[in-house]
Amino acid sequence: MNPWLYGVALVLAGALAVLLVLDLVRDRAAQDSHLIGLAILEVAMLVQLVAGLVALARTEREIEGAVFVSYLVTNLLVPVVAAFFALAERSRVGTTILLLGVATVAGLEVRLWDVWGGSGA
Amino acid sequence: MPEPRQPGPALSEGWGRALVFVYGLFAVAATGRSAVQLGMDPDRAPLAYSLSLLAAVLYLVATTCLLLGGGAGWRVAAVAVTIELLGVLSVGTLSYVATDLFPDKTVWSHFGQGYGFLPLVLPVAGLAWLRHTRTR
Repeated sequence: MNPWLYGVALVLAGALAVLLVLDLVRDRAAQDSHLIGLAILEVAMLVQLVAGLVALARTEREIEGAVFVSYLVTNLLVPVVAAFFALAERSRVGTTILLLGVATVAGLEVRLWDVWGGSGA
Repeated sequence: MPEPRQPGPALSEGWGRALVFVYGLFAVAATGRSAVQLGMDPDRAPLAYSLSLLAAVLYLVATTCLLLGGGAGWRVAAVAVTIELLGVLSVGTLSYVATDLFPDKTVWSHFGQGYGFLPLVLPVAGLAWLRHTRTR
């Protein structure tokens, strides 16, 4: 899979994490700006899912397909679930949940990288 | 006759909601890991894989109980989270001192290093939250 995809996802997640930490320090609930950021991240995850599936179908290498696809799908779901949780809890708790969700996405990006490059590369 | 209780803060509100979110994530992660391990090669590391399965069940139970709430939910969650804490502490220690016991990893290996040590933080946070929400 194209390394740019992980790079873009990690940069987006990192930027969003900084924004969330800044607003956590200021004791703010989830803001529109957070949700816009999450939406952009979500679009990146959607692109990544499609690109990942195509790359998996084309590759000759031995990839743990089930794990790879489950990470791609999880990353698509996490921002949405986190957003719903954050909207239900309009306080710094909601902002914390968004931060945890973004950290999860970043962590799974690293795992995706491992799984894609891990065997046969 | 049971005495009417003062309703404490609900288990799944406030910081409890953040806890439900993380417990839910770990329920999914541990179940997934367990399914992959048992589906591919169950005989490779029976102990590690059984512990992965136990972790998955505990996370699922804790998530469910937090969401259900009530006295019974609180008690079952307390038991599950306590077992979880003992599990992560013992498996974490054993994975350092008795490496041959664990040819493959569990969620709790090396105190949850592969998961940003959250498996170690989670039961402590869980017990603190349960203490905070205790009625009486």
